[in-house]
Order: sequence, then C-alpha cells, then structure tokens
Amino acid sequence: MTLISLVKTLNLTVRCCKEKLDCNVTGGYIGDLLSDVIANSDKGNVWITRQSHQNIVAVAELKEHAGIILVRGREPEEETLEKAVKAGIPILSTALPGFEVAGRIYELIKR
Amino acid sequence: MVPTLKYKNTFPVEGGNFDNAGVISLQIKNIIRDMGFPDDIQRRAAIAIYESELNIISYARAGNINVRIAPHLICIDAADEGPGIEDIDRAMKDGYSTANDRIREMGFGAGMGLSNIKKCSDKFEIISETNKGTHLKILIDIN
Repeated sequence: MTLISLVKTLNLTVRCCKEKLDCNVTGGYIGDLLSDVIANSDKGNVWITRQSHQNIVAVAELKEHAGIILVRGREPEEETLEKAVKAGIPILSTALPGFEVAGRIYELIKR
Repeated sequence: MVPTLKYKNTFPVEGGNFDNAGVISLQIKNIIRDMGFPDDIQRRAAIAIYESELNIISYARAGNINVRIAPHLICIDAADEGPGIEDIDRAMKDGYSTANDRIREMGFGAGMGLSNIKKCSDKFEIISETNKGTHLKILIDIN
C-alpha cells in the first residue's frame, strides 16, 4: 500500500512533501508519547498522533517513517512544517479521530 | 589493547532548548549507517542517543554527549550539569518520571527514557550526584 493511496482513500489533507507520497507503507503506529513511538514504531510506518509540535519530525526522521498523520483536526505548527520539508517527511491531517484512522489503515494494509 | 576508533566527537547540548532535539541522534545514525553497521545497531544507537539528548534538554542546565565508534563497539557518554537523579532504581522503572507539565504535554517525560536506553544497550551505567549532575555510560556491542 502506498502513502498516496492512503491519502486518497482516507481523504487526508497533504500539508507538505507532496512529492514523497509514492513510498510504501509497511504498517502504522499510534501514539502521543515520543519515547513510546521511538522505541516501538518501525521503518516505513505511518505515525498517527495528536502531537503537532516540531519535535515529531526528528522522531519520524530517525525511525524513517513513511509519514505523519495528525488526527482530530490537529494542524502542524509552522516550525513543524519547516522541519518536515527539510527532512522530507510528509505531514497529513484529518478531522477523523485516531481510532478510526488506525482502524481504516489496518483494514487497507491487511488486504 | 585499545581498539582503533573509527569516529569520535563531543556534542554540546543546551538544557531547556527543545528546538534541535534529535539532531545529534540523527547525525550519528547516518554516520553509523554510512559505516555499514546493521539496521539493528543503527536503531539501538539512535534511540539511546535520542533519549540521552532529551534527558539533558528536559532536566539539566547543560551537558555533553560524547560518541566513540570502534569497529566492534559504540560508546556513548552523556554527562550533564543538573539536578541529578535521587533514586536511580526508581528512575529506571518504566513510567516513573519527574517531568513537569510542559514537558509531558509535548509527549516527553513519560518515564520511558532510561529504560529505553537500557533495552538498547549491552552495558548501561548511571552515575549521578544530587544537585551536581548525571553521567550516562552506554555501550553497544557490534557482533
């Protein structure tokens, strides 16, 4: 499953790095505790979170995430977008709650 | 015999400044990757350094992270000037944290940092003195 097809199916808003959406998504991780995400998420995951501050970018870059999905209407802060563009980490947003986003992605990836 | 170092560097870390959190970890991860070390070693070193950076930023006034890479070993020393850790055994427990609300709101200070470091290291030692500082000594074997 590519990130672009996730974006289309879930109707996610692309906040940056439009050109990086053709990567493969290996799975997902949901969490707002950065130490949890850094310890337990995997390369190629989409990270589903409500954290929108700039420090999420370094975590996603370190873990080589496919992208970050901000849920429940969270929008990235300006510094977050600047860092994400530099790092080449797509940031996507949606009004949907994390539970629903995770559930739908899980179904899509499982197929 | 002292093994030949492939790399060594010391990075200063400013307490309270979250803007560049993770920068040292990323830099070292890329160096280790370029040296051809396996994914698991890259992952463990990245997590250990990231958590060390965050500890200094979250709790100390200032600190230094020294990284030495030998063919079969990575040594990470994170030393800070800060409040120190009163009860190291308790601090090692998952979920125990002395972080303030601001740090927690950002998703840091979950009480997982030191145990994450422990899980990623082959040898981990904490030397701490109250009101003086903390020194984390981390070794990762490459085999």
